[in-house]
Amino acid sequence: MKKILALVLAAVLCLALYMTVSAEGSVYYLNFKPEQDAQWQELAKLYTEQTGIPVTVVTAASGQYETTLMSEIEKSDAPTLFQVNGPVGLANWTDYCYDLKDTEIYKHLTSDAFALTEEGGAVKGIAYVIETYSIIANTKLLEKAGYKAEEITTFAKLKEVADDIQARKDELGVDGAFTSAGMDGSSDWRFKTHLANMPIYYEYQADGIGATDAIKGDYLDNFKAIWDLYITDSTCDPSLLASKTGNDAVAEFVGEKAVFYQNGTWAWNDVASLGEENITMLPIYIGVDGEENQGLCTGTENFWCVNGNAAQDDIDATLAFMEWVITSDEGRKSMSQDMGFVTPFDTFTGEYESTNPLVKIDAAYTASGKTPVTWNFATIPSEEWKNALGSAMTAYAAGTGDWDAVVSAFVDGWATEYKLSH
Amino acid sequence: MTKVYRDGSVSGGRRTLDACLSILLAVLCVVWMYPVLLILINSLKTELSISTSTVFALPTAETFVGLDNYVYGVTQMNFLSSFGYSLVITVSSVLLILLCCSMCGWYITRVSSTTSKALYLLCVFSMVVPFQMVMFTLSKTADTLKLNTPFNICIIYLGFGAGLAVFMFTGFMKSVPIAIEEAAMIDGCNPIQIFFQVVFPILKPTMISTAILETMWVWNDYLLPTLVLDIKRYRTIPMAIQYFRGSYGRVEMAPMMACIMITVLPIIIMYLLCQKYIIDGVIAGAVKG
Amino acid sequence: MEKAIKKFWPVFLLPTLAAFVIGFIWPFLWGTYLSFFKFTTISKTTFVGLDNYFKVFQDQTFVDAFWFTAAFTVVSTILINVLAFALALALTRGLRGTNAFRTVFFLPNLIGGIVLGYIWQILLNGLLTNLGRPLLALNATYGFWGLIILMCWQQIGYMMVIYISGLQNVPGDLLEAASIDGATSMQTLFKVKLPMVMPSITICTFLTLTNSFKLFDQNLSLTGGEPGKASQMLALNIYDTFYARSGAQWKGIGQAKAVVFFLLVVAIALIQLYFTRRKEVQQ
Repeated sequence: MKKILALVLAAVLCLALYMTVSAEGSVYYLNFKPEQDAQWQELAKLYTEQTGIPVTVVTAASGQYETTLMSEIEKSDAPTLFQVNGPVGLANWTDYCYDLKDTEIYKHLTSDAFALTEEGGAVKGIAYVIETYSIIANTKLLEKAGYKAEEITTFAKLKEVADDIQARKDELGVDGAFTSAGMDGSSDWRFKTHLANMPIYYEYQADGIGATDAIKGDYLDNFKAIWDLYITDSTCDPSLLASKTGNDAVAEFVGEKAVFYQNGTWAWNDVASLGEENITMLPIYIGVDGEENQGLCTGTENFWCVNGNAAQDDIDATLAFMEWVITSDEGRKSMSQDMGFVTPFDTFTGEYESTNPLVKIDAAYTASGKTPVTWNFATIPSEEWKNALGSAMTAYAAGTGDWDAVVSAFVDGWATEYKLSH
Repeated sequence: MTKVYRDGSVSGGRRTLDACLSILLAVLCVVWMYPVLLILINSLKTELSISTSTVFALPTAETFVGLDNYVYGVTQMNFLSSFGYSLVITVSSVLLILLCCSMCGWYITRVSSTTSKALYLLCVFSMVVPFQMVMFTLSKTADTLKLNTPFNICIIYLGFGAGLAVFMFTGFMKSVPIAIEEAAMIDGCNPIQIFFQVVFPILKPTMISTAILETMWVWNDYLLPTLVLDIKRYRTIPMAIQYFRGSYGRVEMAPMMACIMITVLPIIIMYLLCQKYIIDGVIAGAVKG
Repeated sequence: MEKAIKKFWPVFLLPTLAAFVIGFIWPFLWGTYLSFFKFTTISKTTFVGLDNYFKVFQDQTFVDAFWFTAAFTVVSTILINVLAFALALALTRGLRGTNAFRTVFFLPNLIGGIVLGYIWQILLNGLLTNLGRPLLALNATYGFWGLIILMCWQQIGYMMVIYISGLQNVPGDLLEAASIDGATSMQTLFKVKLPMVMPSITICTFLTLTNSFKLFDQNLSLTGGEPGKASQMLALNIYDTFYARSGAQWKGIGQAKAVVFFLLVVAIALIQLYFTRRKEVQQ
């Protein structure tokens, strides 16, 4: 009896000891998305109140995430939780990543597609938000022009509708079919990354691959077709596109001066004032055979990674915090409703499903049997590639550069950058 | 044109020229102040009414929001604490630099040893070295020594800013006759007493110009605190301004402009109050440098 | 006397010396040392000899940044000094309101680089949009001139103040003698005033040269190096290599770039010193 008592006591002591040790751990989350900074700060405060474990959330300024992470990770008090944008991003940080295979958060993932798994089975990153982008359309204006969103199932039809709206823009009271671009840092990613995903996606599909060291550019003619459509049926002259910012594009769409606006689920709050009933999303058709079955572009480029070089206490504290975020009521409410995220975790059911109308539209497409277009820009060799492509597209739109430069940035740039980063 | 010759050198032609010049300069002054005015005007507008094409428009009844952006900027972005940190860093660094470097400068001038000469040369050398040369290793060193809070980062500033200050103090000390100090020594003062009672008062003008040059540097410095400070807890003003850029490129323009105004206004007020010292300090610094 | 002071070196010298070692000497030596290594963290370094230096010159972005910086330095140095000198001349004529003018022109100098950059970005982008031209971030030429305008706005007042003090120190009897000899105002300017303010010119040229060459904050906030890296200056290019390029080799290359940059700055300073010395001999 005494022995058992002693054992139990020892066990309790050990547990107590273990708990005080783990309570000494702390969490440092370097957050990527400034829009959700306030919500993360609140969650961190709540968690610290409940558990006593200090959680610090720092949000990097826009375009500064990599530089901030690079300088912070070198410090003795480095981030314990950070994020990468996909396999290419992971390649730079893999030495720092803790294997998440045996963690609760990995077990809650609905599909392995949302994890970054390395050869040998180590899970280095876990997606925490799924996003969808496509062409957001104003159905009220479409109907006014005599069209229905459902009729548009091919590039040819999209072009016909857009050209017609552009021709009758005065009669319809709009400035153009598509919003202007915003080719500076304010929204150039909509084109140099998101739109450029289309030819990459179809090339990967045709070749049955998921990544490549040299892109061939087989679908660049289609890419040219959709880009030409965007810039000719636009609210402003192509040569003026470079003088518009992302804020201007939002203003045009919300002000009902344009019918089509390419953006994603994260932009719902920007366009919400038009009313849920007046908004739908159209797939980005680029004129490929069989595109009638194409859905919207869905994927993620936000993967959580845990810093494996941190102290074990801190790693444990970080894992516990992540688990709390996706299982507790407070965490789930914050992520699904306050941050408006669709998450890849099985704990977000019922009242914790996203209420974002754009997300619902995407769900409807998937339910009707359309094939979502995957996000392949995580396989783009570097940021440099995107920037060079963006510059070439801007120059082409303005008439100061030709399409060959775009092709060269796309194809040759890929090979060069791939070599540089491997 | 009045052709009244008050003295030989002022002709009617010159007066016309002067009048034209005055008008030209006045116009130029307005142009010079316009950027600040533009920010002031826009900081009073609603976020949605600010776009690149409407930035020059004056606020109207619908777009005028009074001080809302200021309130938002100060409360949401924790701007006041940034202001406080910037203040702590600047004041502590400048005071430390003044005290240590004036002592060091005096020692270097009065003691002619190889150490003095070597240190002086190193100081001059350090003024030329760009920050990028040491940015990585300096931030590592500061992290190892835990010199990463607003309360002890002044040691880093003393180290990296010592060059200019020591240079200015030695430059001034060389022209000060040693006789008074020797007299004090004969009276039985030790070097510490001599320095604080005799030398320190003489150094006052150099102190002011050094203080102004160092203040302008430390207050506005961006890269050093960004790399060295513990960003989990502390942000200086230039760092806070950088954080207005949201992801996906969105910038909260209105609060950002409000915070720019909060940053700029105290500087303008300080400047108007101590204009004479600042400008004299700059001239003195330039003549020495 | 000297001996007495010498005994107190721990009081007078040690604090500055210690901080100097932490804040400058050690990082400088260590940085130079690291430029011969390939490293991502300082615990894992591999010696690569001069390899980093070869790669610096193969990196087209660095070469581009060098030419951009060189062009920027030349244009801004000339513009700032000419304009500042002209203003100084105008403000030493005893015009009414001289003090107010001086106050206004000097003011921008007190505003920090990051804030300045954003102020001008808002203004210039607004201007360009209304003219139907590409934004600053999309056209390197506009980015270049935007930076020039910004630097002029910031630095002219500072240099003007130095020139004013130089001009005020020109002896009055010298000017009188010139006017008695019948010198035109142009002749007075070039034959009397300019040589007399030569020291001010030397200082101002030196300050504008190094300020422009080492420019970082304004570059970061006004254009951020956009488009591509076409408006990136050397300091920003080095920062970018260190903290934004991913891949094991970049940190070493960044440190090597920093050493090259440092040598360039030293070269400029020495050339400047050489010219100053030569002039001093003449006087």
